[in-house]
Amino acid sequence: MPTYRELLAQLRSEIDEVDAVRARELLAGDDPPLLVDIREFDEWAEGKIPGAVLIPRGNLESRIEQVAPEKSRPILLYCAQGNRTVFGAKSLGELGYTDVISLAGGYTDWKRNGFDTELPGGLDDAKRARYSRHLLIPEVGEEGQLKLLDSRVLLLGAGGLGSPAALYLAAAGVGTLGIVDDDRVDASNLQRQVLHSTARLGDWKAESAKRTLQELNPDVDVKTYVERLTSENVERILADGWDVIVDGADNFPTRYLVNDAAVWHGIPLVHGSIYRFEGQISVFDPAHGGPCYRCLFPLPPPPELAPSCAEGGVLGVLPGIVGSLQASEALKLCLGIGESLSGRLLLFDALVTEFSEVKLRKDPDCPVCGESPTITEYVDYVEFCSGRAAHA
Amino acid sequence: MSKVRIPPMLREEVGGAREVPAEGANVRELLDDLMDRFPALRAQLVRDDEIAPFVNVYVEGEDVRTLDGLDTPVAPGQTVILLPAMAGGAEPPAVDGSRPAEPASAADSAR
Repeated sequence: MPTYRELLAQLRSEIDEVDAVRARELLAGDDPPLLVDIREFDEWAEGKIPGAVLIPRGNLESRIEQVAPEKSRPILLYCAQGNRTVFGAKSLGELGYTDVISLAGGYTDWKRNGFDTELPGGLDDAKRARYSRHLLIPEVGEEGQLKLLDSRVLLLGAGGLGSPAALYLAAAGVGTLGIVDDDRVDASNLQRQVLHSTARLGDWKAESAKRTLQELNPDVDVKTYVERLTSENVERILADGWDVIVDGADNFPTRYLVNDAAVWHGIPLVHGSIYRFEGQISVFDPAHGGPCYRCLFPLPPPPELAPSCAEGGVLGVLPGIVGSLQASEALKLCLGIGESLSGRLLLFDALVTEFSEVKLRKDPDCPVCGESPTITEYVDYVEFCSGRAAHA
Repeated sequence: MSKVRIPPMLREEVGGAREVPAEGANVRELLDDLMDRFPALRAQLVRDDEIAPFVNVYVEGEDVRTLDGLDTPVAPGQTVILLPAMAGGAEPPAVDGSRPAEPASAADSAR
């Protein structure tokens, strides 16, 4: 059996190495390699090479595909002295990566050359504790958690769907949540709208939501919009900048308004709707080739076909399920992981406990996201049935 | 014989059933069979001899508009899903709350 020294020397002859000067040239070139720091978190926290991602040696094999799905992508590994990367480069070669190089002399030699370093904007101890169960998931990890903390999600409605969605997004550490709702907490809401409470009866839902969410997670900045989304304010609200919109609206005018706005702004829209025991969930993301809500339903149904208002109603837990699925989709979109529901409509029937799915296709004749759009400005559809302007 | 899934907002028209059997070699025949037995469905599903624009019909999870529309074949035992738009979220009313009125431009808001 070889000693460590002998094994290191043997493997070193089997991998490619570059010195700090050459590494710096490669990184400054037209096609820079993916720079991966394989040291431990405490070493990384004291300084790193700019542009590097952290994957500690122990997670290298399990996490490399998250950052480098293509095995032909050039990868430059560094550690402290250039020894751990010998083993790391060998291992990535065995995983099928064809262009892996190790930085000889590691971070120590890089610094000795006087090249640029920086302090990583990592998580502090409190955040590492709070989000530890995210940090343990390879698809999230520290980098993903930092992404979530930097993400901005707009929720339409702090009601049945918005309640679970906002609670889970806040708990997950989505850094900024916007809440649009012009209604006050009513006794009939409490059967399902778990953001609110008996003590908050009569309060603005958006403000009640903010209190609940900030008690849950003070890392989250909650922006409230105590107004109904209309053609007049939609541009102002979207101008605050959002990565994802979660649609928990209860009415067609808002659904169409936010769909059109999301298409025009290129923001993915996480759709959820509920009726009695049944829910529907999808992601509308035409900016990435998916259909929009108008591809599915170009126009709302005519009023004479709608059942009377009194026939509504919903099982209290149903929005909990549908809204949580919306939160899951929103988190994946923020993280850029997995496969979203774009192009699929998920149907859930709580009464028989059944999920089913239908395919949604982008409609080339869609009036908003199609090839020759016929709707190019906001449309205010009129709400009439409930005798009040329904809101998100 | 195929199964047709009835959405909750149309169940009253079929006596409350979640799923009803229907006969037909294609979507047109199948819907005709269904609407002959439950005439109240006709206005909810069809416009000008086409599937109404506010309803989607799926055969085995595929939108028939992307197949052959009303002529899309339906094999015995296949599931057909009828899916009208559903608005519900935070509050009832769900599907029933709105109408397409006359679209008003942003400039002359209808509200």
